Amino acid sequence: MEDMKEIVRTYVVNEYVEDDTEVTFDTPLISGGIVDSFSMVSLKRFLENKYKISIPDDKATPEAFDSVNKICMLVKEFTKE
Amino acid sequence: MSNIGSYDDRIKNFDWSIAEKELDYQAGNVINIGWYCSDRICELGNGNKPALIWEGSQGQEKRYTYNELRLTSNGVGQFLRDLGIKPEDRVCLFMDKIPELYIGFLGVLKIGAIVQPLFSAFGDESLIVRLDNAQTTAVITQRKHAPKVRKILDKMPFLKHIIIVDADPLKPLGEREIAFDMDNAPKPENFEIHPTKAESPSVLHYTSGTTGQPKGVKHVHYSLISQYLTAKWVLDLQDSDIYWCTADPGWVTGTSYGIIGAFSNGVTQCVLDAGFSADNWYKFIEKHKVSMWYSAPTAIRSLMKAGDEVIKKYDLSTLRHLASVGEPLNSEAVIWSEKVFGKPFLDTYWQTETGSIMITNFPGMKIKPGSMGKPFPGITATVIDADKFEPFDGPGKVGLIAIKPGWPSMMRTYWRNEETYQKKFKNGWYLPGDRSSIDKEGYFWFVGRDDDVINTGGHLVSPFEVESALLEHPAVAESAVVSKPDFVNMEVVKAFVTLKPGFEPSKDLDLEIMNFVRKKLSPLAMPQEIEFIETLPKTRSGKIMRRILHAKEWGEEIGDTSTLEND
Repeated sequence: MEDMKEIVRTYVVNEYVEDDTEVTFDTPLISGGIVDSFSMVSLKRFLENKYKISIPDDKATPEAFDSVNKICMLVKEFTKE
Repeated sequence: MSNIGSYDDRIKNFDWSIAEKELDYQAGNVINIGWYCSDRICELGNGNKPALIWEGSQGQEKRYTYNELRLTSNGVGQFLRDLGIKPEDRVCLFMDKIPELYIGFLGVLKIGAIVQPLFSAFGDESLIVRLDNAQTTAVITQRKHAPKVRKILDKMPFLKHIIIVDADPLKPLGEREIAFDMDNAPKPENFEIHPTKAESPSVLHYTSGTTGQPKGVKHVHYSLISQYLTAKWVLDLQDSDIYWCTADPGWVTGTSYGIIGAFSNGVTQCVLDAGFSADNWYKFIEKHKVSMWYSAPTAIRSLMKAGDEVIKKYDLSTLRHLASVGEPLNSEAVIWSEKVFGKPFLDTYWQTETGSIMITNFPGMKIKPGSMGKPFPGITATVIDADKFEPFDGPGKVGLIAIKPGWPSMMRTYWRNEETYQKKFKNGWYLPGDRSSIDKEGYFWFVGRDDDVINTGGHLVSPFEVESALLEHPAVAESAVVSKPDFVNMEVVKAFVTLKPGFEPSKDLDLEIMNFVRKKLSPLAMPQEIEFIETLPKTRSGKIMRRILHAKEWGEEIGDTSTLEND
């Protein structure tokens, strides 16, 4: 789980952060304005490619994507199956 | 009682001088939007009234009274004037929805310079096209967005100043950069406001078309007349209101009604600078006791998607009037809002070029869910035949929306592109580029765009711009971009792509191309879906037939394919 968190955190920093804003596992990503609702689609696609899963649209909510911790919990739901 | 009273009476007795009189303006006088939105409200005795209540994503809050709005915008104006910014220089505001954006807007106008607001999520390619066209003198931005400006600095010899509003004092500034701390800067009590006149340029908003580069829509200070009165009669802004316009001032709603309409009417407005979450939005309404809420269909459908249960957690009883703009508001959303908020969202129709609301549903009017409503008093609008450019002689026929030019906030030209501007007029009508019909009672019903421009989440995206960006990716040989239906955003961008030899379709390449466009243009322009195909449908003369791809996405008849090269 820790590995996954670091992978997701690094991806978010590299793809969506332009300056030196610190992103922790709990940093609000969507409500904090780091990842907007349009960009969420590319983040979802990254998770699906990386973890070979398919996240249904109704599960890919702004709330479920709002931090690295929440994203990893969501991914875990689908990697278990 | 609503401000407009009887729509029918207003139509009969309308003249724009109603707004001029209320604003104590006479033809030939000085008219400066910056002054009208701050100093004038203070002169009316409302200097201590809250003007702006700002909340950030971490819950931090800042408040400004009208007197503070006046003084702080004086401070912005003084800083810019001292830098050497002259009247009619273009000053770009490239910021999130922070107080510096709202107050900076007024400060730029106070010195007679032209405000060029740009959406802060724009990538470097989107930025340079717009700054180059405007030959912008200064950009006011935040530390987080400055890297995008730095990246293209070499291509912008005309850009003299990059003003950072939250510079880190411990880090050196880059080339042409200067720090400006708005809240702590000197705030001159007596500030000489530039004596702009009705036709002095005020705001330069960029909008996308089907072909060519984005166009700079030039507005003038006289636009205030329309923006003030439509905010008063349609948004029904009243003295006791707490107003929330959710639009970003990078786009026209955020300036016409998120700044000018609100402040010139002297209301208190709230701004939430945070990403979307149903919980946070409802919490914001409850906390600030929002009474008038102007939002967008995409946001409303996102709230619908979040469900009704979350609404029950909050006290939203202060809401008294709701309106929507950006794209057609579907009847389900109108009916839903009436069910959960006790009042419907009223659809308003207008665009960057019109500067203010043109066709709309009014407070007190019979609402037909899904309809755009009726023209604002003083606006002559109809639907015309697309071939003859003549109005239809009866109701129910679908044609082009057409508006008689001459209202105060009509754009004056496209910046350095008069030729394209002239093409917007046919047979004495201004054509916004949309199709609709009118029913027997005079209500307009939106049908769709008359071109290939994609309206995603209320923002126009040019397929040409996205196709051009796609072609810059090393793997892409050819591309065609169309819209595809989407429940929340109405439309999203879909790209059809053929690959160069040596490249194979893959999920990783798909993501790489998506991110490539997102960073170059903006998240709005990023294809939400990419389909790799062997060949694109083309005419025998080699022109890509977007029409066929569009029809496929929307499940429509493909129509005439006689010119298709592979037939």
